Amino acid sequence: MIAMEVRKSSDVSLREFGCEQNLLSRPDGSASFVQGDTSVLAGMYGPAEVKVSKEIYDRATLEVLIQPKVGLPSVRERSLEQCVRETCEASLLSFLYPRSSLTLILQVVHDDGSLLSCLLNGACMALMDAGLPMSCLFCGVTCAINADGEIITDPTAAQEKQCRAILTFAIDSTDRKVMMSSTRGSFSVHELQECIAVCQKASEKLFKFYRDSVQRRYSKTV
Amino acid sequence: MKDTPLSNCERDFLLKAIEEKKRLDGRQTYDYRNIKITFGTDYGCCFVDLGKTRVMAQVSCELVAPKESRPNEGVLFFNIELSPMASPAFEQGRQSELSVKLNRQLERCFRNSKCIDTESLCVVSGEKVWQIRVDVHTLNHDGNLMDAATVAAITALCHFRRPDVSIQGEEITVYTPEEREPIPLSIYHMPISVSFSFFQQGTYLLVDPCEREERVMDGLLMIAMNKHREICSIQSSGGIMLLKEQVLRCSKIASVKVSEITTLIGKALENDKKARKAGEKCGFAESMSQERITTLIVDETPVEMTDVVEQADDIIKNSKAPPETPSSPVVPAPGVGQVGQGLQNSWGLEEQDSEEEEDMVVEVQPKKKIAKGDIVEISDSEEDEVVILQPEAPVKKSTAHQKGATTSKKKK
Repeated sequence: MIAMEVRKSSDVSLREFGCEQNLLSRPDGSASFVQGDTSVLAGMYGPAEVKVSKEIYDRATLEVLIQPKVGLPSVRERSLEQCVRETCEASLLSFLYPRSSLTLILQVVHDDGSLLSCLLNGACMALMDAGLPMSCLFCGVTCAINADGEIITDPTAAQEKQCRAILTFAIDSTDRKVMMSSTRGSFSVHELQECIAVCQKASEKLFKFYRDSVQRRYSKTV
Repeated sequence: MKDTPLSNCERDFLLKAIEEKKRLDGRQTYDYRNIKITFGTDYGCCFVDLGKTRVMAQVSCELVAPKESRPNEGVLFFNIELSPMASPAFEQGRQSELSVKLNRQLERCFRNSKCIDTESLCVVSGEKVWQIRVDVHTLNHDGNLMDAATVAAITALCHFRRPDVSIQGEEITVYTPEEREPIPLSIYHMPISVSFSFFQQGTYLLVDPCEREERVMDGLLMIAMNKHREICSIQSSGGIMLLKEQVLRCSKIASVKVSEITTLIGKALENDKKARKAGEKCGFAESMSQERITTLIVDETPVEMTDVVEQADDIIKNSKAPPETPSSPVVPAPGVGQVGQGLQNSWGLEEQDSEEEEDMVVEVQPKKKIAKGDIVEISDSEEDEVVILQPEAPVKKSTAHQKGATTSKKKK
């Protein structure tokens, strides 16, 4: 079996990222997350009343809606919604709110690569802002394998176009395990494990960022 | 999700306060809330904050075939999305009354007033024209979505740049932004709408109602004007009856407000133009003020990759071997595959075989052991005898035929 080794790239880095919490007045929790030029706005309503057709007797019904910037939502948005919803359901303690609805709405403000990881990060910050109980935090990291076999983390749209594989993982905060993975392209088993290891390392930075931003926010008591 | 209903005491309080010329946020009767305009990274993206009401507009363009009745005019398409993020009352996909009303008003305001030169959008008459699409997303609903949407739409249209096109005989070349500078749209005037809400059967009037005030109002008058004091559109809803003097007074107030807002838009566009020329990064990220306690921005950080390869090697070594690959699918008939163990399902094969009652001369061949990985094709021409599903004899028997016998499946 040919082992496709991934060469270490010198410029593996995360683009500058930023976040603003509680920027919308109507949603119960809202956050905007920016990774380089990719930015996403997340709004969260819940726990609220649920339609009888959608209610679950022992848990809250989580609904995720992703709105693209141009046009109406299509199949692409549906598949992204499924990835985000599964990650959120795995971390939210939804059994605390039976027969209620939790609605998470994500608006794509600008897409310059690594969209799914930006959506996951925005979703986690909005859930935190809404004060929903979670068993763990999660973050999304995207890495791409370019034609030379190098790993690039947090690729821009131009970099994504030239890559042979793009892998996005949702990593949880307690054990740094993979909660969700969404990949496109072909890669070997070894490359997959290396990408997971790189994403786990990158997730450390994101979790530290979550901690810092929440600490900053609650540093002044009103 | 249902919105929380308005309680009676809240309603009475608001109406009483309006009678005493007082508003919830301390504004005067004719005061607008603070308008803040920011732009996104690419051309044609604009955010407008009207107090706490927030909308985002994005303009995009596409080459399409023109309408048959107007072969040398471009197409303008407006779409205002009431996102569920803006209010719990908005539902995804459902065309509510408010959404229809806003869409229609936006169209009347811009398309019917001919504020954009659609003839300049023509590339090849009758074949290819530019379709300009404006998507307005409502992000937070705190009243007066219409005004915020018109400001956002016209600002985004002024900000937008379309790709340059050149025609050489039969060939049309559309240049990318890197090849040639994109061109702005030609806009004649900027219609901006001003909303007036009426209370107590037209006795009291408020400009720019917030969400609470909108809930208790009797009717709404929307006047769209440009800075040249030309009325582009008037819409009165709610069934209130207004006197002529009231409408004229409102239009005078509207002209003052519109000129203020137009200067604000002009300034915002100027600032953005300067910033882009100076090469500064423009976008949503830059508009986030760093001083706020709810904001945090971190610069580019490298990711350590030192022992990634070793970690990956370890994981692969310690992981279990993958389970045995299942045997390749068995193909009983074209278009039907079967994987795994179990009964040989020959459902549907009987009719096929009974049709082909050919006399096949078959040589006696030793039974081949099916190698793993080969796709076993069982077709009529094979010498194996396939037994139809019967309770007594469920096992597939493959026997070599004798010379002269037909290969029809015998039904027992």
